[in-house]
Amino acid sequence: MEIENKTVESIPAVTIRFAGDSGDGMQLVGTRFTDTSALFGNDLATLPAFPAEIRAPQGTIAGVSSFQVQIADFDILTPGDNPDVLVAMNPAALKAHLHDLAPNGMLILNEDAFEDKNITKAGYKVDPRESGELDGYRVFQVPMEKLTKEALEEFDLPGRAVLRSKNMIALGLISWTFNRPLEDTENWINDKFSKLPEIAKANIKALKTGYNFGITVEAFHHTYVVDKASLPPGEYTNINGNIGLSWGLITAAKKANLDLFYGSYPITPASDILHELSKHKNFNVITFQAEDEIAAAAAAVGASFTGKLAVTGTSGPGLALKSETISLALSAELPLVIVNVQRGGPSTGLPTKPEQSDLMFALYGRHGESPLPVVAAKSPSHAFYAAYEAARIALKYMTPVILLSDNYVATGSEPWNLPNTEELNNLETNIVTKLNTEDGFLPFLRNVDTFARPWALPGTPGLEYRVGGLEKEEGTGNVSYDAANHQYMTDMRAWKVSNIANDIDKLELHGDESADTLVLGWGSTYGGITQAVNRLNKKGVKVASAHFVHLNPFPDNTLEVISKFKKIIIPELNTGQLLKLVREAFLVDARGINKVSGETFTAQELTDKIEEKINE
Amino acid sequence: MSKIPVTYKRSDMQSDQEVKWCPGCGDYTILASVQNFMAEMGISKEKIVFVSGIGCAARFPYYMNTYGVHSIHGRAPAVATGVSVSNPDLSVWVVSGDGDSLSIGGNHLIHALRKNVNIKILMFNNQIYGLTKGQYSPTSEEGKKTKSSPFGSVEMPLNPMSLALGAEASFVARSIDMDRDLTAGILEEAKNHKGSAFVEIYQNCNVFNDKAFEQLTNKETKVANRINLVHGEKTVFGEDGHKAVVIRNGIAQIVDTKDVDESEIYVHNIHEENPSIAFSLSRLSHGPYGPTPLGVFRKVQRDTFTEEVHDQINNAKEQKGEGELDKLIRSLGTWDVS
Repeated sequence: MEIENKTVESIPAVTIRFAGDSGDGMQLVGTRFTDTSALFGNDLATLPAFPAEIRAPQGTIAGVSSFQVQIADFDILTPGDNPDVLVAMNPAALKAHLHDLAPNGMLILNEDAFEDKNITKAGYKVDPRESGELDGYRVFQVPMEKLTKEALEEFDLPGRAVLRSKNMIALGLISWTFNRPLEDTENWINDKFSKLPEIAKANIKALKTGYNFGITVEAFHHTYVVDKASLPPGEYTNINGNIGLSWGLITAAKKANLDLFYGSYPITPASDILHELSKHKNFNVITFQAEDEIAAAAAAVGASFTGKLAVTGTSGPGLALKSETISLALSAELPLVIVNVQRGGPSTGLPTKPEQSDLMFALYGRHGESPLPVVAAKSPSHAFYAAYEAARIALKYMTPVILLSDNYVATGSEPWNLPNTEELNNLETNIVTKLNTEDGFLPFLRNVDTFARPWALPGTPGLEYRVGGLEKEEGTGNVSYDAANHQYMTDMRAWKVSNIANDIDKLELHGDESADTLVLGWGSTYGGITQAVNRLNKKGVKVASAHFVHLNPFPDNTLEVISKFKKIIIPELNTGQLLKLVREAFLVDARGINKVSGETFTAQELTDKIEEKINE
Repeated sequence: MSKIPVTYKRSDMQSDQEVKWCPGCGDYTILASVQNFMAEMGISKEKIVFVSGIGCAARFPYYMNTYGVHSIHGRAPAVATGVSVSNPDLSVWVVSGDGDSLSIGGNHLIHALRKNVNIKILMFNNQIYGLTKGQYSPTSEEGKKTKSSPFGSVEMPLNPMSLALGAEASFVARSIDMDRDLTAGILEEAKNHKGSAFVEIYQNCNVFNDKAFEQLTNKETKVANRINLVHGEKTVFGEDGHKAVVIRNGIAQIVDTKDVDESEIYVHNIHEENPSIAFSLSRLSHGPYGPTPLGVFRKVQRDTFTEEVHDQINNAKEQKGEGELDKLIRSLGTWDVS
């Protein structure tokens, strides 16, 4: 339908945040809007945020769940800083998120939820719509519940089921405002409710009602369009980090000609990896939901001994429980990937919030001298490659590898330019089927290049051997308490890991290489740091950045790269863990930008803080 | 498994490592029983895997010329689960002790039994911590004086048979180190059992808890105290069978044979689906004191975890076809940018 007085303004990017009660379906609305925008061809990045409680009391701030998406016609790296548009389904959502809304931002309120009791529950003394605190924003009040009830009158549905569709009003209205077609979501609804056609029809009616409300109400006649992004050519999918990581593991197994074993115990935010891998049994994936974190790791060690690509996944507290088992894998020199989707700590901490505070634990959280390689994912799509890389190292070097992700990478999403899977290298293993000396099989006779020991699998005749956590004699693998042997084996395990520095990607520079200042990062801060450096360079501020994927060992050119700069700045979502490592390893006076608020850095925040540090 | 029956000599089953248990330890007898049994069990040794935790018993894999993992205290059932489910062709045996299985590894034990993972768990129960030099264990009797309980243990001990039955174990049996024939018979039954088998083997620790099982081994007392559970046979024991077990109101009781009608004497049935009677038999003694049942308590068939996991994988492959990476990474929908 053409509207006479409709204006369409073209904008390069917009950040929209949907906020409501946990049960209001905000994640779903956000995901639908994201997928439609992805299919349209925008670049995008998303950030869901939900409370740790499944359903905190309705109408309270504790129960507010939100989903932020930035869509753009250019290459973006983060889900945006301050939203330009806030959809608040109730007073609590308004109270929790208003402070982030950009000046003159668009504020869409579900006015039916602004009853006295909800206003009080949210902690407001007076109705915020009348207190003046919404001045400076463009406020649009929409009677979402009334619209839903009227629209769904024709359906024979109970009242609660009717109101559940009010999120579709919001989605319809936002789709109108940003000129997004409804077909994709209609197809999705029909598919999702294929067995409940009445519910499907009702949701589509609500969706269209929201859209038509935009057409009808003049206030919404100024609409926006974000054009397709000029991304590199290719076939894209919208992926979050947990799925990317899962697919990376499946791919690694296939490329190593092994089957994948994944042992895990449910824990937020790592559980989605278990859920995703459980779906793909036709890839010969064995998923094992263990009785506890320890058993998940221990079963993975058993699977590794038997010749699987063995992986155990968890989040912060679970890594602590797996510590002893990781030491066993390290001592027995068995390949194992340990996934840690970091969250706020210590203890149960902030289960649904991002933090990078397990870096030291990944490097040093074991008894004895127990070095192992550590790899970190820097974005949702990179999680695929990080998982593949962790598996590559584990299999090639016969060692446990810790793969760090975090809640931001795990639950955020971005478009991924799909790789040609045939071009991904096959992964080498140390599987042996024959005796390795004339006199018999020596399970600890090492490869001269990698120092990896041979991987003899049960079922192979003639190679029967025993391995455990007691110190082993080099070569025979027999239990040995010999002093010189323990010194040698301890040194050997360290050499084996440090030697990997020559076999990983070099540290690369981004931004102005002639600058005096280098921003060093790792993990999920990649998007924010890169965007901040881009903004500063654009402003004429000389600064470069480099991002670690390998935290142990560091790439072999790290010292060379770092030495080119006078000032090193390290932003991290912890109190300075990479900072300590870099200072210790390279004896440089690096400075940190640190944050542990359960939120990631915004690009603007980093831009400002990096500039401040440069001028210090 | 190989089609041609494989037979070995006991020496083929012995590794080249020197056995380092204390002289006189019951573990030697059990090792001999197991090696003799394995030599004739008909499975190629490359398909046998021994997994252990920590403790004296846990050194067992080093002495077997098979594949083996000496893992972490208590974790052997979990490690063995990973081995078994990864390669269902393997014959997987766990060797453990009372501290390892019932204390630090209690959780793993009950879940391996509940899931009916295809592993055989041999728990050597010496009612003491040996490797750490003599502290009371979860099966030590109340009042036991040890280095960590100089005034006597104040803890109620666990009954391993009751625990295993309560954990839904499909195979539960008890033997004693000195009785090689009984051990061999139980190992054979366990090997043939589809699913997890839990075998408690009373084992004398002659250094820290000597003669703990004397009532069951001493020539003068053993006849009166061994209740031999044999499938299909009446449970009578003692000199000339003058004692018998009857089940009254679901509860096992020891009576004088002469006082009951013969038809009332319990005829042992290892295949009884309901575990109540087996449980009740396990309550006849709480440790090797007084009349104590030995033999197979329970052996019932149910689906194994190992097989069911692979059935699901095979079904998935039948329904969806072998997984293809190119399809996988496109499964959420894609768009083209040109």
